[in-house]
Amino acid sequence: MTDPYTLTVNEKKRIDHWVNKFPEGQAQSAVIMALRILQDEHRWLKDTHLDCVADYLDMPKVRVYEVASFYSMYNREPKGKYEIKVCSSISCHLCKAHDLIHHIREKLDIQLGETTKDGVFTLGEAECIAACTQAPALIINDVETHGSMNKDKVDHLITELRKRGKS
Amino acid sequence: MTKANGTSIQADRINQVCYRSLEHKNPWALKTYESLGGYAVWRDILKNRPSPETLVGKIKDSVLRGRGGAGFSTGLKMSFIRSDAPTPRYLVCNSDEGEPGTCKDTLILQNNPHQLIEGMLIACYAQGMETGYNYLRGEFTLEFARCEQALKEAYKQGLVGKNIKKSGINIDLYNVLGAGSYIVGEETAMLESLEGKRAMPRVKPPFPANYGLYGKPTTINNTETLASLPVILEKGAQWFSNMGCSGSGGTKIFCISGHIEKPGVYELPLGTPFKDILELCGGVRKGRKLKAVIPGGSSMKVVPGPKMLTVNMDYQSLQNIGSGIGSGGIIIMDETTCMVDTLACISRFYKQESCGQCTPCREGSGWVMRIIERILAGKGRKEDIEELLRIAGNVEGRTICAFGEAFAWPVLSFVTEFHDEFAYFIEHKHSKITKEPIG
Repeated sequence: MTDPYTLTVNEKKRIDHWVNKFPEGQAQSAVIMALRILQDEHRWLKDTHLDCVADYLDMPKVRVYEVASFYSMYNREPKGKYEIKVCSSISCHLCKAHDLIHHIREKLDIQLGETTKDGVFTLGEAECIAACTQAPALIINDVETHGSMNKDKVDHLITELRKRGKS
Repeated sequence: MTKANGTSIQADRINQVCYRSLEHKNPWALKTYESLGGYAVWRDILKNRPSPETLVGKIKDSVLRGRGGAGFSTGLKMSFIRSDAPTPRYLVCNSDEGEPGTCKDTLILQNNPHQLIEGMLIACYAQGMETGYNYLRGEFTLEFARCEQALKEAYKQGLVGKNIKKSGINIDLYNVLGAGSYIVGEETAMLESLEGKRAMPRVKPPFPANYGLYGKPTTINNTETLASLPVILEKGAQWFSNMGCSGSGGTKIFCISGHIEKPGVYELPLGTPFKDILELCGGVRKGRKLKAVIPGGSSMKVVPGPKMLTVNMDYQSLQNIGSGIGSGGIIIMDETTCMVDTLACISRFYKQESCGQCTPCREGSGWVMRIIERILAGKGRKEDIEELLRIAGNVEGRTICAFGEAFAWPVLSFVTEFHDEFAYFIEHKHSKITKEPIG
């Protein structure tokens, strides 16, 4: 049995900020962000994280698990420090996103969905990230978009991220 | 009259509504927005207290239609909230931009957030609402930061909040973020998500105007729709509707992507000829021939290039040729495009994003994807084309939400319009168009 997780003061403060955006008695509306906050702090969501969110927002545990398994930004297992998701939807596909994916696979020596041995990079695909006029585009950790990519720019970005990861 | 890039498009009719701040320094700042006349409409409403019916009437007169994709009359939608409807009522702004080929709302959220705030305030006032949520897709963190900053400025100026400018009017607005899901863009799925649940569309009726967020009367509008309101009321319904053409009032933001020389996002008068938009963007890349266009985001039907070159970009014209203006995402495909490969890409998207609630969509999207991937792998069967048409035809109209059509329409149109390419691929086990391995 894993020990239960207890929310830190800071995490509670951050979750409360979102609870306050919704009407009284509707704290469960904040579950989407509560999970993002925990993922932000711990990089991936363990069952114990989900359980304590359920307790804190006073909602059935199963409802939190339903949310965690539905939305694509939640990680239910450890991933690399930087997850590179290349957009593979139509505009990026037409601009040869698959060549970019192939290049990153060779460069990092990993397949789609895998993480490098040093734990720095995970490679994935994203669905349309609303950067269609900058195709092909990619997004780091679901929040940092890079557009008009080519092999050189990807190489440069990977070097930059390695540096950022060490600092 | 100055024409843009030798097209028939008048330069002074580009970026006049939601994008009017774009060329200014710090376009997102309150100071910039006010220098363009921003919040004048809202201040006037606070002072003169026009009746909500007058405002809704003006919006109806402007012929503004929902810019998220469905194209429903905005004024009519607002009038569904009856004046004696129970309170609280909610306004929801749908900023979950995710239709493949569409990247227009991101620029409003980043560069003109105050106009969206003013639009939301006007919509709240006109429908007797005291709370509005702007739901941004989870990946839009920069957009969220800009909207939060703008909202903070607006609160500080006393333009939002309780007893605004001592008018007795209370309106609170909030920006909220999602966590990654295409279907959240369906309006009732968004309500579910706001309630902290999986984003699964609701069975309608009841419609949101009667039973919306937390079971209360609610209106959901797209970002571009709401951000259009301040300019419509400032310059007049007539001015706005005259910008467009008959049946399609005003302007629409178009995102031109794919095989285009200069991809870009432009707010243009509705009814602008497609060929002018193509020219505005430098034409098909490398001077190649135009093969096909999806004119309104990947859920709309594909149109062969020659037909597209004769069409104007408005609701009726695109409907007449069996497609739609949708979200305004114009996807350009040149002569080197393999249509089997392209449909495979589109089908993977819909398989991935189906919420799984309705069997025809959940099973059909995967079934369709597997057949197309099989053809792509050189293992297609003669009966596959009929099978694709049969499955897609059986989904249309048989699901809770329009996602069913969204994944069926590309299949029906690609296979019908480019039948020979599918047949060739099945027979020869390779693409008719490209010798390169696909994928």
